[in-house]
Amino acid sequence: MEQAEPEASPRLGLDLDRAVQAAAPDAVGDAVFEVEDLNVYYGDFRAVQDASFTVYKHEITAMIGPSGCGKTTVLRCFNRMNDLIPTARVEGRLDFQKVPIYDPRVDPVEVRRRIGMVFQKPNPFPKSIYDNIAFGPRVTGMAKKKSDLDDIVERSLNRAALWDEVNDRMKDSALGLSGGQQQRLCIARAIAVDPDVLLMDEPCSALDPIATARIEDLMQEIKNDYTIVIVTHNMQQAARISNRTAFFTAQLDSTTDQRCGLLVEYDRTETIFSNPSDERTENYVTGRFG
Amino acid sequence: MTDTRVDPAEGFSVESLAANPRQARKERLIRDSLGATALVSVLISGLIIWSLFSEAWTFMVEVDWGAVWDIGWFPRRGIYDIKTLIVASLIITGIAMIVAGPLGLGAAIYLSEYARPGVRRTLKPILEILAGIPSVVLGFFALEWIAPNVVKTLFGGPAAGSLLAAGIGVGVLVVPLVASISEDAMKAVPMSLREASSGLGARKITTTVRVVLPAAVSGLMAAFIVAISRALGETMVVFMAGGAAQTAVYTHDPLDGSLTMTAGMTSLARGTDSVVGEGLTFQSLFFVGLVLFVVTFGLNLVADRFVHRVREQY
Repeated sequence: MEQAEPEASPRLGLDLDRAVQAAAPDAVGDAVFEVEDLNVYYGDFRAVQDASFTVYKHEITAMIGPSGCGKTTVLRCFNRMNDLIPTARVEGRLDFQKVPIYDPRVDPVEVRRRIGMVFQKPNPFPKSIYDNIAFGPRVTGMAKKKSDLDDIVERSLNRAALWDEVNDRMKDSALGLSGGQQQRLCIARAIAVDPDVLLMDEPCSALDPIATARIEDLMQEIKNDYTIVIVTHNMQQAARISNRTAFFTAQLDSTTDQRCGLLVEYDRTETIFSNPSDERTENYVTGRFG
Repeated sequence: MTDTRVDPAEGFSVESLAANPRQARKERLIRDSLGATALVSVLISGLIIWSLFSEAWTFMVEVDWGAVWDIGWFPRRGIYDIKTLIVASLIITGIAMIVAGPLGLGAAIYLSEYARPGVRRTLKPILEILAGIPSVVLGFFALEWIAPNVVKTLFGGPAAGSLLAAGIGVGVLVVPLVASISEDAMKAVPMSLREASSGLGARKITTTVRVVLPAAVSGLMAAFIVAISRALGETMVVFMAGGAAQTAVYTHDPLDGSLTMTAGMTSLARGTDSVVGEGLTFQSLFFVGLVLFVVTFGLNLVADRFVHRVREQY
């Protein structure tokens, strides 16, 4: 079986992380998201069936699985992004820090201010680098003074390891940056509103390996301050960076003849990749399927 | 068809890859006939401009220029005050845009950003039907309904035709145009930008005003330019509801009646027998047409520059 962990990874953070886990293998932090019997529908089509799992604080949780398995759909439930799709409907329990975010009293805008999102394709606004980062703090009214805003912009860009590359061209269009820089800009933009959680939807799928490595380093650095949930098609990436992994698959529903996303297994990442309990997980992570 | 596989005995040469001469002839024929159709429209445009220029030139050479800046538009008596027509055209276009700008943009924002798919599927065709209403019908509506119910009641103007009545009528006429082009421009803004904005905790109206509208600005400008050109060129509504039949004294009061450039031309050119009077009456028609052409053309140029400057490309 393929050992997906890079043994001699020079990347910082990883070894320390392993040491902590070895010392206290079952240490569990506070739950950030508690998901129970989550079902998501697009019209009559059921995209996700009965998913239940828990996301823990200051961890990186990866969601892997073949196309159409519903992992992105689940991710978009966490900040109620599915509300933007008129036909989408969510059933089941989804608590964010003990608060049911699908309660009718909850304003999705308030949820999204606490749960940031980074998308598959870098999507900077067609504005300047500065205005991209300042957008969130401006619309949420975080910064009262120009100097506060400047501070937030600089801090966010520093956090996303982009400041040194762009500090002399803050007024230039963000679209002039390379793909990897644009994605780091999007991460900086997301953390500028100081969220508790970062949701990342295949953030490296449009990037080359060097840009990918930079984003992965960045995630390791910022996970002490944020909780990260990442959807990825890249199993090595999940193995490299995440603490826990959820494996989804698309299962054919014989009654409706439609494929529906199913959470097969959720466990510590090393367990998923070295000793999974479900045969489907093993087939997928060893490359025999998917 | 010949066998295209390479026969090692015959060898592989340029001939093996040469074009089929019949096919090549057909391609040329298609290209040439399509080019000819394009050329026809260019020729017609050239012909129009040439006829406009030649008669207008006669007018400009022979006219007494004092008559071009006088008390009003009395072409049959040799008084061709062009500012009367230009000012009336600008007033009507301005009023039309005050009506159509907010209404059209508001409708576009609603359709593109707020309406549920079902509502949108119903409203969009209705809007397009409105765009198909003949302008003579709208001219009648402006004269018979807008003039007594809006101009007289709200503004204390005449119950008959006036620049205001005609301007509102033209405004109603171009609302679908503004709405439709603006909506297309906003729909073309990638969903990913809206998601980025919502993901940062922006409300829908914030996303619309700060992300979608700036990204769609070139399309929105195009909508307004087309609408202004349409309003300047609109004839029937302004002729019917503008409050002047054949002649007009200069005015810049929207509650008065006057003639726009188009209405001035229409009132003269109602069949061959009508264009009589002073020696240059016929030619004055072309002069007005030329002025209209230059104004519209200049407007397009300015707007084009502006769009290039403020555009946010995505």
